Amino acid sequence: MQPFKQLSGGAVALRRDNVDTDQVIPARFLKISRAEGLGDALFRDLRFDADGKPRPDFPLNDPARKGASILIGRRNFGVGSSREAAVYALVDHGFRCVVATSFGDIFAGNSVNNGLVAAIVSEEDIEKLLSAVEQTGRAEVDLEAQTIRAGNYVVPFSIDPARKMRLLNGWDDLDLTATYKDRIEAFAAKDRSERPWAVPVT
Amino acid sequence: MTQPLTLFDKIWAQHEIVKAENGLSLLWVDRHYVHEGSFQGFDKVDARGAKVARPDLTFGIADHYVPTNHSRTFSDPSLKRMNDQIEENTSRHGIMLMGMNDPRQGIVHVVGPEQGLTIPGLVIVCGDSHTATHGALGAIAIGIGASEVSHVLLSQTLWQKKPKRLRVTVDGKTGPGIGAKDIALSIIAKIGTNGAQGHAVEYAGGAIRALTMEGRLTLCNLAIESGARTGMVAPDETTFAYAKGRPFAPKGADFDRAVDAWQLLSSDADAEFDTEVSLDASAIAPVVTWGTSPEDTLPIDAAVPDPAQVTDPDKAQQMQGALDYMGLSPRQKLTDIRVDRVFIGSCTNARIEDLRAAASVLAGRKAKVPGLVSAGSTQVKHQAEQEGLDKIFTAAGLTWGESGCSMCIGINGDTVAPGERCASTTNLNFRGRQGPGARTHLMSPAMVAAAAVTGHLADVRPMLRGRA
Repeated sequence: MQPFKQLSGGAVALRRDNVDTDQVIPARFLKISRAEGLGDALFRDLRFDADGKPRPDFPLNDPARKGASILIGRRNFGVGSSREAAVYALVDHGFRCVVATSFGDIFAGNSVNNGLVAAIVSEEDIEKLLSAVEQTGRAEVDLEAQTIRAGNYVVPFSIDPARKMRLLNGWDDLDLTATYKDRIEAFAAKDRSERPWAVPVT
Repeated sequence: MTQPLTLFDKIWAQHEIVKAENGLSLLWVDRHYVHEGSFQGFDKVDARGAKVARPDLTFGIADHYVPTNHSRTFSDPSLKRMNDQIEENTSRHGIMLMGMNDPRQGIVHVVGPEQGLTIPGLVIVCGDSHTATHGALGAIAIGIGASEVSHVLLSQTLWQKKPKRLRVTVDGKTGPGIGAKDIALSIIAKIGTNGAQGHAVEYAGGAIRALTMEGRLTLCNLAIESGARTGMVAPDETTFAYAKGRPFAPKGADFDRAVDAWQLLSSDADAEFDTEVSLDASAIAPVVTWGTSPEDTLPIDAAVPDPAQVTDPDKAQQMQGALDYMGLSPRQKLTDIRVDRVFIGSCTNARIEDLRAAASVLAGRKAKVPGLVSAGSTQVKHQAEQEGLDKIFTAAGLTWGESGCSMCIGINGDTVAPGERCASTTNLNFRGRQGPGARTHLMSPAMVAAAAVTGHLADVRPMLRGRA
């Protein structure tokens, strides 16, 4: 995974609470494999009407916001279904950072596994960022310093320290787990004798 | 003196292999359920040219894409492809599959407990947000993403940050016609869809203890909709009686030994929770959702909220957006909302007690709108047929289908048409959840039956008078 240090790029404001993963990628696109890419399915039913015409009022359809890599949401982004495809769709569309006042737990976990920064800011600061980004269309994210700059504002963000380390270094979970191979095996053997009932009877 | 512990703490401690310096714990996983949607996880395993570490602890179930028509005919080759894929993935890695034509098939969160794979004291994971369901038996059950699915497939372990603990205490006695769904939605209405974020929830109190195992499964199923990492109920005699004798559950002396261990799995009297929430069961009314988030829940005798009464302009606009999507007017009485169809099914509310509750309302009555009933598992379907419930549904004019996730997520071809309004026993009323443009109202099986009979959202309580 590519390390994430700093990012300066196009930013788009999505003034909505509870943007659930069904909105991020509708379920009918979940059959698509990662190799095919899921960027086109991102926010599909918010971006396009039933006839496939772009909705002009949806912020991502603003030509000036094309190629944005930073998304500013509001409360409870990525709530709902555990589909990692929601993160794939964001990443494949070019996003590398989503900012909100809170995130769905599973979404936040999926984000770090794909190098996407899920940055949490205060209610007050999210309004500043939304306004600034609507005007400037740009933002800068500094993961080390945990700050986001947009317009005249520099606001702090929070992120779990372990997730921050993984993102900064581009570490893969599995590499870390492999270093504990012996302890996992020892645990499994001990557990087997202590909880014989925990194994399914087949 | 040992520190008092919560139920969650106890099971966590028994599964913690490593606590790393970064604060994350590596947990042992006792059961891993995979379904058609888990293919991204298998793709990652295959990309490494690796093998599944513990196929004996991994179980495949076909539910998300299976057709509910009786001949199990796929409406589209791309759906069949999803089914072929799980057959290939499980077969290649030596994983048991309860496939489309297996008599044990059903929705993963119904089948796990039903088959005795889900028992107390375990850590259970599945690439599905509604995995919290299994916590009803007193297990830590966590919904995970595809990268985590591949991690579990490769190592039978999962990295997790220990969540905070939240206890929801529901005391008192629920009134007639009130189901676990009403309790669960009322909790979400009270604390919001992010109210339990970062927490493991333990449901406690007299009203929870009084719930059957199936009621507890419904309750924990919806834990995720309050933002929780997982939801659980301490195991008790109800749990032990439920688990006993199920196919994959421990037998004989092993079962007795298990019960001895399970009896220790309750929160110590003086254990501390990071957050406490309490509800009075007697104050819970039959509820329905009016909007596009499960927190948009109101008692059936209420009216649609008015954005003009909301001070935050963005929130008012958002509420107006939800009303526009749902095709509702502010201050409209909920009981005046007409429905176009009903759906009784899903991992939330399609167990035998759910079907009985709906049938008790529908018996001898006709539905004014079409609808589909899809049992939570093939086994539940057979039991319902033995009890004659299928006849009640079909006599009322509803369709009796095979088991699967079906119209809850609408990816097997069972969808609600654009603009159509559906009274549904499912878990999510997000925009487009049941199909593009679909309008979903969540409620209990009895309330869906009431909506079917009247053709509009309705209070089921008067319709239950004089009935069991």
